[in-house]
Amino acid sequence: MTLDLTKIKEVINRNPLHSGALLGVLQDIQREIRYLPKEALVETAAALKVPLSRVYGVATFYSAFSLTPRGEKVVRVCQGTACQIKGADLILTQLESGLGIRSGETSTDMKYTLEVVNCVGVCAMAPVVVINDKMHGHVRGDRAVKLVKKD
Amino acid sequence: MRIDSIEKLNRWRAECRRAFEAPKRKVTICRGESCLANGSEEVFDEFKRLVAEKSPSGLAVESVCKTGCHGFCSQGPLVIIEPDGTLYTKVKKSHVAQIIDDTLIGGKVLDRLLYVNPQPEEKIADYHKIPFLARQQRISLRNCGLIDPHQISDSIAVGGYAALSKVLTTMTPQQVIDEVAKSNMRGRGGAGFPTGRKWATCAGVESDVRYVICNGDESTPGAFSDCTTMGSDPHSVLEGMIICAYAVGSSQGYIYVREEYPLAVVTLQKAIDQAREQGLLGNNILGTALCFDINISRGGGAFVSGESSALMRSVAGEIAEPQARYVRSAVKGLHDKPTVLNNVETFATIPVIIERGADWFAAIGTQKSSGTKAFSLTGKVNNLGLVEVPMGTPLREIIFDIGGGIPGGRKFKAVQTGGPLGGCLPEDKLDMPVDFDSLTEAGSLMGSGSLVVMDDRTCMVDVARFYLGYLASESCGKCVTCREGLYQLHRLCTKVTKGEATEADLSLMERLAQTIQKASLCALGQSGPNPFLSTIKYFRDEYLAHVRDRKCPGGVCRSMITYVINDDCIGCLACLRGCPVGAITGEKKQKHVIDQVKCDRCGSCHAVCRYEAIDIV
Repeated sequence: MTLDLTKIKEVINRNPLHSGALLGVLQDIQREIRYLPKEALVETAAALKVPLSRVYGVATFYSAFSLTPRGEKVVRVCQGTACQIKGADLILTQLESGLGIRSGETSTDMKYTLEVVNCVGVCAMAPVVVINDKMHGHVRGDRAVKLVKKD
Repeated sequence: MRIDSIEKLNRWRAECRRAFEAPKRKVTICRGESCLANGSEEVFDEFKRLVAEKSPSGLAVESVCKTGCHGFCSQGPLVIIEPDGTLYTKVKKSHVAQIIDDTLIGGKVLDRLLYVNPQPEEKIADYHKIPFLARQQRISLRNCGLIDPHQISDSIAVGGYAALSKVLTTMTPQQVIDEVAKSNMRGRGGAGFPTGRKWATCAGVESDVRYVICNGDESTPGAFSDCTTMGSDPHSVLEGMIICAYAVGSSQGYIYVREEYPLAVVTLQKAIDQAREQGLLGNNILGTALCFDINISRGGGAFVSGESSALMRSVAGEIAEPQARYVRSAVKGLHDKPTVLNNVETFATIPVIIERGADWFAAIGTQKSSGTKAFSLTGKVNNLGLVEVPMGTPLREIIFDIGGGIPGGRKFKAVQTGGPLGGCLPEDKLDMPVDFDSLTEAGSLMGSGSLVVMDDRTCMVDVARFYLGYLASESCGKCVTCREGLYQLHRLCTKVTKGEATEADLSLMERLAQTIQKASLCALGQSGPNPFLSTIKYFRDEYLAHVRDRKCPGGVCRSMITYVINDDCIGCLACLRGCPVGAITGEKKQKHVIDQVKCDRCGSCHAVCRYEAIDIV
């Protein structure tokens, strides 16, 4: 996969170019290409005039960022309290064995990335699985794999 | 049109109100997060299409509109037919044609889409008579479900920015601070610091720049009231912030929203744009000298960024690491300038305090915690959703009278309040009036108001293990006691759930917990051991059962349970197909058997069985 540097620059330039915009810039890049390649961090550091070490620090501190490429379908299993007591663990186990990847990993064919998320704020529908920003509520453990493959 | 005077605002309000109240026959569809996920957008489109199609033939429906979240999330998508206030629950696209034919044209109520109250079991048609909603007193959530959050005109129609005009025309900044102080309002973010005092401190510091920040991080798993307020009534939050800016003399505000709430970000941004366009934000608000603007700052999904000093670093584009607070952030906050940081619920409440007066507000709730509090009720309870009640309401009333009790007739075991840093309270604490102080005294917290109800099939040790694991992974790593201590506490707790711990481990855990509390800088470390301390305080028997008898009374801990199929099995093959390790064998219509060697006790079979044919022993 070749990186489109002009696109990254364009995304950066949509934001105000000062150090306070760092989080927003990284979020925009991640939204566009689904992860933060090294080149994007270097570009961001140069554009916002902040040290690369600080950009790296922010990119690794927040759980929303990923430094490795993510799959076509990013599957996020909510592990919030409400989901937890309604069987979120079971969903995660089923997805790990069904997709053949552990949480935090991407399948070798770049189709799926499995992640956990701490709460997405729709606790009334627990347990919740988010597939590329689409929420799925009341997910049953035995149907989770089917849901991910179909959606 | 820019509203550059109070008179213009009043004229515009009159217009908005006429437009809002004009449609006699109106269908409203909830577009809260849960309803949207269950297809409310499709339901809306179908209504629009069919109403347009049938209008020429005499269907009298003046308006089909979307509203924000009602907080009655377990029943969505919700559709309300005005003026009767008939509520239809769990509405699908396929139901729409029948609703139009039977209810809107035929005038009949559709029985099968009505809400069924759990206790006493009855169907209720009138939205306003449903106990879940009727027993609440909504202040911060007052407009949620009533208006379309994307239309500023709806907000204006129901009184939005009226408190702001009152402040700008009749009150000095000092009077605003005094009014808020008199109302006895305590910050809804969790710590309960008096809001008036915070504002007064900030205003009293000599400085050229002051900031107002709204904490919409709501990083507590299990809480969603702030998410709902931002997504369903954004203008109340903005209005509260503008009033604060007037009181303390600020010209720049920020709303910090977490990345996991994309819908709230979109709605807030739209609201900010609309407010700017109308002259309610920006230079010379409503033609006065007040200049104030608000920007959204998106967080990156870190629990610790809800802590005030960490949040301010995050707004400044740095990592969210808490700082030692020798000086309050009201004196030295964002960019080292005086900063008021309040939570979404606090700001949404401010306009009501201004309009109805401090005395009215102070009379609600308890003496030390006035007003109401919004709780996110989740877990093993019938009515899930948002509950706003006066402070001092007993937990029993919230869980059983409003929440409708525990599903499936199971027994109540515990309620977890205040999120991961809070604690689990047992049944004998249910009659305790809930406010900031009583919860802290009981070893828990108010936090952001999450209430997670647990039934008798929950293992309290496992719950503590879950929270400790979460907190250990969310520790920013600055303090050794928090970083290493929570890690070790989690390791020991896991040992208990695996049946490998001794009683000596329990006392080691208790000592360790006290050290973590004493030697950590911020609330994450100081309250981090709470999940363990509260469970061992109220459920010591369960810990002892794990270490002495190697038994898990809740039937959760894998090393201590066995799944066995009983004679109720009808041989439906569901568990056999659902078993990830292929441990179940059997023929159709014959009792199945679990191979205990292969079984890894994941519980898949128990979850899918509809005949209660799988016992946990």
